[in-house]
Amino acid sequence: MFTAEMQESIKKVEATRAERMKTEPRRMTAEEKETLLKAYHPDYREDGFVEIKIGPNKGQKVPTELGHLLHSNSRLLTDKVDLNKVDYDVDVLVIGGGGAGSSAAIEAHEAGANVMIVTKLRIGDANTMMAEGGIQAADKENDSPVQHYLDAFGGGHFAARPELLRRLVMEAPDAIQWLNKLGVMFDKDEDGRMVTTHGGGTSRKRMHACKDYSGAEIMRTLRDEVINRQIPVVEFTSAVELIKDEKGQIAGAVLLNMETGDYLVAKAKTVVIATGGAGRLHYQNFPTSNHYGATADGLVLGYRAGAPLLYQDTIQYHPTGVAYPAQIFGALVTEKVRSLGAMLVNVDGEAFMHPLETRDVSAASIIRECSDRGKGVTTPLGSGVWLDTPMIEMIGGPGTIEKRIPAMLRMYLNYDIDMRKEPILIYPTLHYQNGGLEIGGEGFTKAIDNLLVAGEAVGGIHGRNRLMGNSLLDIIVFGRNAGKAAAAKAKTVELGTMNIDHVAAYAEELKAAGIETNDVSPLLLPKYARHER
Amino acid sequence: MENMVNVYFFGKKYSVPADLTIMTAMEYAGYTLNRGCGCRHGFCGACATIYRIKGKNELKTCLACQTQVQEGMYVASIPFFPTDKRTYDINEIRPTQQIMMELYPEIYSCIGCNACTKACTQDLNVMQYIAYAQRGEFEKCAEESFDCVSCGCCATRCPAGISHPMVGLLARRLTGKYIAPETEHLANRVEEINSGAYDELIEQIMQKPITEMKELYNTREIEK
Repeated sequence: MFTAEMQESIKKVEATRAERMKTEPRRMTAEEKETLLKAYHPDYREDGFVEIKIGPNKGQKVPTELGHLLHSNSRLLTDKVDLNKVDYDVDVLVIGGGGAGSSAAIEAHEAGANVMIVTKLRIGDANTMMAEGGIQAADKENDSPVQHYLDAFGGGHFAARPELLRRLVMEAPDAIQWLNKLGVMFDKDEDGRMVTTHGGGTSRKRMHACKDYSGAEIMRTLRDEVINRQIPVVEFTSAVELIKDEKGQIAGAVLLNMETGDYLVAKAKTVVIATGGAGRLHYQNFPTSNHYGATADGLVLGYRAGAPLLYQDTIQYHPTGVAYPAQIFGALVTEKVRSLGAMLVNVDGEAFMHPLETRDVSAASIIRECSDRGKGVTTPLGSGVWLDTPMIEMIGGPGTIEKRIPAMLRMYLNYDIDMRKEPILIYPTLHYQNGGLEIGGEGFTKAIDNLLVAGEAVGGIHGRNRLMGNSLLDIIVFGRNAGKAAAAKAKTVELGTMNIDHVAAYAEELKAAGIETNDVSPLLLPKYARHER
Repeated sequence: MENMVNVYFFGKKYSVPADLTIMTAMEYAGYTLNRGCGCRHGFCGACATIYRIKGKNELKTCLACQTQVQEGMYVASIPFFPTDKRTYDINEIRPTQQIMMELYPEIYSCIGCNACTKACTQDLNVMQYIAYAQRGEFEKCAEESFDCVSCGCCATRCPAGISHPMVGLLARRLTGKYIAPETEHLANRVEEINSGAYDELIEQIMQKPITEMKELYNTREIEK
């Protein structure tokens, strides 16, 4: 169902295919990458950011949309809640029902804690469910955690926190084994060896996958395990504020029943923020590959309670989001498509870059191709470049696409595009929040010693860019760790009297900084209804 | 003027742009979705939907986020469906035919109507994977059900009251844990790390100055 203009361009792609397949495009030098990023990566667009006016990160820059939420007030400034009426009283409260939250809950339960999950949608309605390509772990003979560290540290522009990255790579094989023992079906050969591929920026083939339903397979298994253990999961209920005590500890959270509008009070000795990413804030008007609830709620809650952010100004734009057709605009086209051999090709059929540069470099390169170079393919919503998917079957043999990336095949076939025979059109999509709340190596925020963060809500694990397959890994490694640490810590926490005084104090600070606002945060859900846009 | 179509959400008529999905058309009509909306990209199964085209008899099921609107579409979303998941300890059970009989005995009441397969939003052969489960062929059941997003449309149509997604999930966990061959290189690496084989090396790389790390990174050998 391509337009006539697109079909003309496809002919050029087909004409150069045989020749292109004989050579591997050159990788960029470090200098070329740096120049490219500064000129074309959205993180370098000054008009996409504002300065944070109050709080621990005052004076630093933040995406405009997140800045607006940080510069808004709590619902509880005007809405009153009786904190003496406690609805839930637990050891460990996990906010968020994705991969990190579920892993945390399972480990906290395993450690004997009374743990509960609250989530504003359903358990599993999370970016984890949508992760397609895979999960990294250095478990093969030619690989090592040290090599994994080097790849991730360099790919993240040498900005990752060493103590966090160490945990990520050193606990990666154990994370895979834990998942495998829970029953996750990894792609293996008949001898049990993992089928692994490259991701952008990896120097070893360490990408483990479950077809292109990697995250879904992990998430549904974790969800099943949470239910089997009968861990309480309070769905369609969002945390709207953290509760503190007079000692400055976290003492729980105020919850909002998303359906009835009732507030509820959850008291907890330790709280794990596992609220995920921010794609639905649509920074710089980008479409997003994220799930419906990705609105950075945990960052807002944590920041208002006094926990600092780290790298909140670095965002990952996945190079290959759907550019056409409009119905699936912004949806993720897994990096695995390139791992399996598809090249990035412009309107004239030229392979304009190596297909497996890191994500930030690839995204910037595609944006350059479609803007200043004028080599993009025009679409109803903008432009895009080709991802030459028929190459996959020429390299891997007929049937490779159906076997290895069935979700992609299905998504496009819905719109009468057969990616086995025709290339597909892609453009960068808002994919991942590299930054988030700052934690130490044990998972606790540095400002509040019984508040933990896990998963995409954490900043610093990956630095200023994240490699494919390190996010599924981080939710498992840091989710599990947070669950264990939260359960252990809960044994020693003595809570005082609950209060939300920080809400009024925050409002005063805003006022003192000259910000008068009636807007409230966290956002909870994006405003997509036509009258709200 | 955009090309518009008439659709009916819960029986109420709205005129919406023809190129929208059911989900975005509901938002165009003014709905703020809470239930019935999850990943919005076809992976989570939150937006199970049932519809009928005006004047036609056939009831269809779909994912609202993956389906384009059509003229005369009568749409009802399924905000929740009580699929029946049985709980178990994965470490205690084994991949025997007996376990399906214990946990999901209703699969043996399948009357072979194939309504589940017709209802599948992922075009899976649902009745076939239930048949595999009946016979204790868990690996085949796992493979056949692998792309399931647990939207539950199959279960809504089943006269035997089977919760198909739960059966597939059990088969997959049994396959992943017990039937698929064990990974020796993984077990070895976990043991090496636990024994401290990498402790010194990782400390060393953590301590290296950035200039040296840049050099190492930019000159590292990349596996072909």
